[in-house]
Amino acid sequence: MRMIRRWWLPALIALLGPALVLAPAPLPAAPPTDRTFRIEARSFEYTPPTLAVNPGDRVTLELVSTDAAHGLYLDGYDLNVTAVPGQTARLTFTADKTGSFRFRCSVTCGPLHPFMIGKLSVGPNWLLWRGLGLAALASLAGLSVTRT
Amino acid sequence: MSRYDLIRIPLLKRALVSRWPQFLAQAAALGGFVVAILAGLWGTPVGSHNFGIVFVWIAWWALLMLAAVPLFGRGWCSVCPIPLTGEWLQRGAILRPRGRGLGLGKKWPTRFRNIWIQNGSFALVALFSAVVLTQPNVTALVLAAFFLAAVATGLLFERRAFCRYLCPVGGFIGLYSQLAPIEVRVKDRAVCAAHSQKTCYTGDAEGYGCPWQVFPGGLTKNTYCGACLECLRTCPENNVAINLRLPGGDLWQPAGRRMDEAFKAFIMLGSAVVYSAVMLGPWGALKSAAYAVGTWAWLGYAAAFIAFVFGVLPGAFALATLATLSVQPRAMQSWRKRFIIFAYALVPLGLAAWVAFSLSFVFANASYLWPALSDPLGRGWNLFGTAGLGWTPYLSSLVPALQVAVVAGGVGWASLTARRLAREAGGGRRQALPVVAFCVAVAGGLLWLLVG
Ligand code: SF4
Ligand SMILES: [Cu+2]
Repeated sequence: MRMIRRWWLPALIALLGPALVLAPAPLPAAPPTDRTFRIEARSFEYTPPTLAVNPGDRVTLELVSTDAAHGLYLDGYDLNVTAVPGQTARLTFTADKTGSFRFRCSVTCGPLHPFMIGKLSVGPNWLLWRGLGLAALASLAGLSVTRT
Repeated sequence: MSRYDLIRIPLLKRALVSRWPQFLAQAAALGGFVVAILAGLWGTPVGSHNFGIVFVWIAWWALLMLAAVPLFGRGWCSVCPIPLTGEWLQRGAILRPRGRGLGLGKKWPTRFRNIWIQNGSFALVALFSAVVLTQPNVTALVLAAFFLAAVATGLLFERRAFCRYLCPVGGFIGLYSQLAPIEVRVKDRAVCAAHSQKTCYTGDAEGYGCPWQVFPGGLTKNTYCGACLECLRTCPENNVAINLRLPGGDLWQPAGRRMDEAFKAFIMLGSAVVYSAVMLGPWGALKSAAYAVGTWAWLGYAAAFIAFVFGVLPGAFALATLATLSVQPRAMQSWRKRFIIFAYALVPLGLAAWVAFSLSFVFANASYLWPALSDPLGRGWNLFGTAGLGWTPYLSSLVPALQVAVVAGGVGWASLTARRLAREAGGGRRQALPVVAFCVAVAGGLLWLLVG
């Protein structure tokens, strides 16, 4: 490929790669607030399935099970709460980690229980953007490898 | 390319030529297989506490996708319990050859000497995967069906027809085994050419003729070599090597490119994407549809799955390979041929997709292993004192970063392969660009599903 000169592509990759991995995420703009979400859990989904907060927010999740006992385990934060029908369970924490975090049912509730999953976004999802950048960069790297 | 022949290590050679280590591994796998079927049929119906589900879909799957396939290619096939019984009956022997077996030894029909049936059998299992993965008795029935089909095929047909033409797992292990850093090859092809008996194919007193119907002297890629090591035992010239190698070179071998293998790459890549959406996504309705076999919702899901895997994905890829960026378009292979050639670039991306998907699935659920080990049937036993251990996901903050690294690595490898394949397609390296763009787009979608 003529347009890709021999030296600058590897140099670009060598610079951009680590930068993409290591660059610190920009600091959040919005001031932290208190937020409360009511999440309904029933086999095998959460309503709403996705939540979004800002970094630093004080988040309270009110888990309400409408059919059987369900739980909510938040990946990355390693927090867990369980709720039986008729009782609201609460989980309060500070959203001090940025990114997208899956939450999953922690009480065996039926066949699809391991796949009962929701999502909490805290600020922008830098991991995804970094990942997309890395994938694009990796494709350039793959194209530029000589002597394969 | 540099290679290191592991058979040069005397102890390793003895261990591999001897049938015992392999037999012990096979026996252990067969034991686990039988227990998984029994547990599936008579154990608790709660999947996450049933040995059958937990050991097959978490432990075995993790071993297979995160270790065995990336590192040893078809290594699993060399210890797989499914075809053993059929093979023993066919041979009339468990270890060394002796006497006559029971098999009818029919030839596999020529028109089915490809992996289309495997493509279909994988897609079929995939359509029911939400049920198969979660219902112990269904898992047990599927495993038992594999077992019976393998016994029947072993008795009817010669060699390992089940593994080569039917097994849905064998199909994708073969595809991805091309990436393994290990291979069975002959040391010197001239020696094979001069050896008129070809005992590696016909068999002798030391071992069986290649069960996988491969002539070791002609091997250029791992796809259909089951790493059973019979040729190591039968070759009188000591001409068979097990090489450590740089991974991936098999994809560049122009010989034996076929549409069925190309579609295997689409089916696997496509199902990794669909599974990531259904099993790891936040869409409850999609999960219920995939689970509710027989309903309209499920039919819709099944139709969408088939359309995506057999239509949308290959269609978009066909468009990518249609682009003619070549300086001399006349020198290029036909469109169909280019489609097939470039499809091999999807092999590393597909494996990366499966590894990334499995990382999340396996680490989130691995803690189910310990109670299931102590209480395989869910009857309140506590064999190893681990029955009471609770569920907790492992490495939940690390897994997304690992997934990103794996997918990006897969894209890089796919691009490198595409660039190399462009030469074979006759279009110059520029011809790889649309294919690479396709790979980046699929990887982007996958990343969004996995860590978005
Ligand atoms: S070539 Fe040898 S090791 Fe490979 S499948 Fe055939 S007999 Fe087995
Ligand atoms: Cu639940």
